[in-house]
Amino acid sequence: MSVSPEQVRHIAKLARIAMSDEELERLVPELNNILGWVEQLEEVNTDGVEPLTAVVPNQLRLREDKVTDGDCRDDVLANAPVAEHGFFTVPKVIE
Amino acid sequence: MSDLTSLSIAELREGFRSGEFTAREVAEQYNAAAAAARSLNAYTVETPEDALASAEAADKARGSDALGSLAGIPLGIKDLFATRGVDTTAGSRILKDFKPPYESTVTANLRKAGAGMLGKLNMDEFAMGSSNETSAYGPVISPWRRKDGGNAPLAPGGSSGGSSTAVAAGIAPGATGTDTGGSIRQPAAFTGICGIKPTYGRCSRWGIVSFASSLDQAGPMARTVRDCAILLEAMAGFDPKDSTSLDLPVPNWESGLSSDLKGKRVGIPKEYRIDGVPDDINVLWDRGIELLRDAGADIVEISLPHTKYALPTYYIIAPAEASSNLARYDGVRYGARAESEGGLDAMYAATRAEGFGAEVKRRIMIGTYVLSAGFYDAYFTKAQRVRSLIKRDFEQAFEKCDLILTPTAPSAAFALGDKSADPIAMYLNDVFAVPASLAGLPAMSVPGGLDSDGLPLGLQLIGRELDEQSVLNAGLAIEERAGFDAKPKRWW
Repeated sequence: MSVSPEQVRHIAKLARIAMSDEELERLVPELNNILGWVEQLEEVNTDGVEPLTAVVPNQLRLREDKVTDGDCRDDVLANAPVAEHGFFTVPKVIE
Repeated sequence: MSDLTSLSIAELREGFRSGEFTAREVAEQYNAAAAAARSLNAYTVETPEDALASAEAADKARGSDALGSLAGIPLGIKDLFATRGVDTTAGSRILKDFKPPYESTVTANLRKAGAGMLGKLNMDEFAMGSSNETSAYGPVISPWRRKDGGNAPLAPGGSSGGSSTAVAAGIAPGATGTDTGGSIRQPAAFTGICGIKPTYGRCSRWGIVSFASSLDQAGPMARTVRDCAILLEAMAGFDPKDSTSLDLPVPNWESGLSSDLKGKRVGIPKEYRIDGVPDDINVLWDRGIELLRDAGADIVEISLPHTKYALPTYYIIAPAEASSNLARYDGVRYGARAESEGGLDAMYAATRAEGFGAEVKRRIMIGTYVLSAGFYDAYFTKAQRVRSLIKRDFEQAFEKCDLILTPTAPSAAFALGDKSADPIAMYLNDVFAVPASLAGLPAMSVPGGLDSDGLPLGLQLIGRELDEQSVLNAGLAIEERAGFDAKPKRWW
């Protein structure tokens, strides 16, 4: 399979990365090179092989349902590029 | 005062405890060495006051029971570890000026053991790279140079290139690294030092900037195998804050060190003899086999039939996980935000376009594609199936052997710029390192010798799940016999 410029534009949109036409054009052969290379996996017979989900067998733990954290609003906001009145601030979403 | 920067961590610990020198003297010498080596671009931030404060606490506590295992030892910390109040950027513009209000579990463990911090170490952006050239701070320069008299700046390996350079150049006695597909072992090999990636789950990932969560593991980089054992003991341990952390006691790896390999079977995987690898690498591998035989090990040939599929498997799984993990960089909660026209979506897209470098974008794009509707099964699920087969290869091999010996990397350090234009050529550098990552196994690189250009080459030991001890022991056996004492000649 190879990707077209239109597909690359769509992937960039899904990934939320703004790209100029020149960048998109440059990426098409780059991505196709990498995809062509990883597609050698098609040679491998994986019939009846389960996809790996945990690399080391491990039980997911449950913890007691109680609050263990919180009361740190200023810490949470300290690195925000824009914060006002104790909230993260983003460009206007609703007109 | 003698040169304390030439001592190992074990020697620093001994000298500090016996009163031969103070922790303050150690910190002062390292602070000065780091400041004098800025041309290497190893540190992104220097924190001399942190190293001094920890040293003073160590000097005060000397002789008391309160002395931790790393009291009096200052360390370099890869910039992927969150350090409270100190810039943590993962080598990316998008995390510019990010100062975590919390400390990663691994660095908190090191602090609890008494270690101080010399500074944060440069790295490939989000740990994506094998040469340190993708860093927003510019590449680290290896302290090594080819003996042909040319001064071509060499890659320190990646992604933990700041860590490898700092340890090799004597501007940190040890450093933290992280390894997703070779990022501890390949830079250790390129710079003539030791580095171990433990079993997946040994070191908590909490507070380490995520790249590919099913692969990321922290580990130490240092000048000797013993130093790696000392550091790993302090870094490892169960952490309820990481759901994949292993709830197991931390073994006493240092006191368990023994280079007597009698009765150990070392497997040599025939699939790791690949075309196009310089002769020096295979000569080194053969020498490693002899050294382990001399230490008492039995050598057996083994087969890991899916080896050639490990890299393509990795380059589906790691970008897929990265595209998901890096979705959090949206210019809202932390990091940089770009100026943009339009609404929220335009702000996200502009922020990520400006904040991420070319390699990170490339991997996010690949990852987004292989996870997208219609392609998920063909790429991602397929890769996870092949990953099962790669893991099975190792399980079957470990019925015939206790350890595996391979070269760490298919070449010595290359020059900066040599591979940066060709992503796949760069990826191929991790051909020997990636399989153990996909299988979650402990693996270590130790220096084995120099190539014909006078550059260090590393040997890799891969062990069974949770058997770091055998890996360290075989590493020690090689270290004792290889007689590797080459150091880069100071030019910086």
